[in-house]
Amino acid sequence: MDSNLDILGLWIGAALSLCIFSFLYRDNPLYRLAEHVFVGVSAGYCMCVGYWQVLHPNLIARLQQGDWRYAFAAVLGTMLLLRLWPKYAWMGRWPLAFMVGIYAGYNIVYTMQAQVLAQIGDTILKLWGNADWTITLKNWLILIGVLSSLTYFYFSVEHKGIIIGNAARVGIWVLMITFGATFGYTVMARVSLLVGRVMFFQDVWMRTARWLGVA
Amino acid sequence: MDGFFCIDKLNNLIGVLLISGCIAWHTWQAHRGRRSFIRSLPALSAIEDAVGRAVEMGRPVLYIPGIADIDDAQTLASVSVLERVAEDVAAYDMPLLVPNCCSMVMSMTQEVVRSAYAKAGHPESFQSDYVRYLCDEQFGFAAGASGIMMRERPAAIFYIGNFLGEALILAENGNASGAVQVAGTATVSQLPFFVASCDYTLIGEELYAASAYLSQDPMQIGSLKGQDMVKAVIMVIIVVGTILYSLGFTWIKDLLAA
Repeated sequence: MDSNLDILGLWIGAALSLCIFSFLYRDNPLYRLAEHVFVGVSAGYCMCVGYWQVLHPNLIARLQQGDWRYAFAAVLGTMLLLRLWPKYAWMGRWPLAFMVGIYAGYNIVYTMQAQVLAQIGDTILKLWGNADWTITLKNWLILIGVLSSLTYFYFSVEHKGIIIGNAARVGIWVLMITFGATFGYTVMARVSLLVGRVMFFQDVWMRTARWLGVA
Repeated sequence: MDGFFCIDKLNNLIGVLLISGCIAWHTWQAHRGRRSFIRSLPALSAIEDAVGRAVEMGRPVLYIPGIADIDDAQTLASVSVLERVAEDVAAYDMPLLVPNCCSMVMSMTQEVVRSAYAKAGHPESFQSDYVRYLCDEQFGFAAGASGIMMRERPAAIFYIGNFLGEALILAENGNASGAVQVAGTATVSQLPFFVASCDYTLIGEELYAASAYLSQDPMQIGSLKGQDMVKAVIMVIIVVGTILYSLGFTWIKDLLAA
């Protein structure tokens, strides 16, 4: 049996959902109320999660244990906060530059392995001698699709001429067919989200009815 | 893996050296004064028109740099495009609104927009709430950004960066607000929504080329030329590798898989 507080929480959730849905008509005060509550609660929640799951275990707890190597991170973080004071705001650029450089360097290996070499390797497929002709057809389509798409993303030449022009045209067709398939797939996912929200309303009614003792 | 050098990852090292070499070579050529051609991208040509429209209508420009943090290459590319958009907007002394999903990105965008206003000779026009933080939660951010679209009524909206499930919510609201919309993302799953809802879209790698195109900086164009050279090499590897693999020689495929 749900407690009074559970039922209150359910109704607040249902009311806020309806406020958000009211945006389908037009912007209105109810939507604004829900929007501000949503943004404020999300920001507050993220701040708490950020403190207890990132800042505290990774920095504060380690400094408390006497691991002073992390003081470097604390100094960088503090320098970033100096942006709040215009006189010292320039010091905030250093940690930013540090982070951008570290992230860019760190991602080189991952990108090279997962997004360059692996992709090239997976495109190298048998064009003949397969057990089934459908596999051969699929492999040809993959090869033509990848080469034409790469041609489309070639920026140094105009997309003109028999070879480059036609290859780029095939490339944009390949991209648009891919986008169409992705669009349909995602629309189905969004419909399932709507179904989930409608079922939430049904759940609110059923649990409220049980709470009132009428079901 | 033993010791400092991992021999299994030698292919990664060769790949990095090859790509870096191609880019470094063309950048060096550009540094020596060699001009390179770069084809036009309609979405980028539309940036000036979109800003011009905002000026004529006397309404602000809204720029959303995606929802990813600064460790994402798309966010870095977005900040480059923002630099150019901010310069254009600041030159006309118009407001440029930049809502952010990540605090670190906000620090960067704030710096970029503030510098653009200062460079344009209007440092006093920059207001700190032009660049604002909404929240880290993607749909909370989408709700906040949609509210800005409805209330501030920007004449031009830019969605440049990494977007996820909130892409369609943002683009549809922007469309309903009547703004000219220019989008750019390399997130394949969200590109269809931008293509359907926006007036112009930078597809995939065009986002990374945007910075070079906008600045017309010979060094950046040289870098782009180097990347094109890498693409040509990749196409050759794929064609040769496929033929050899079909003939029964697997060493190229093995080398890439190692």
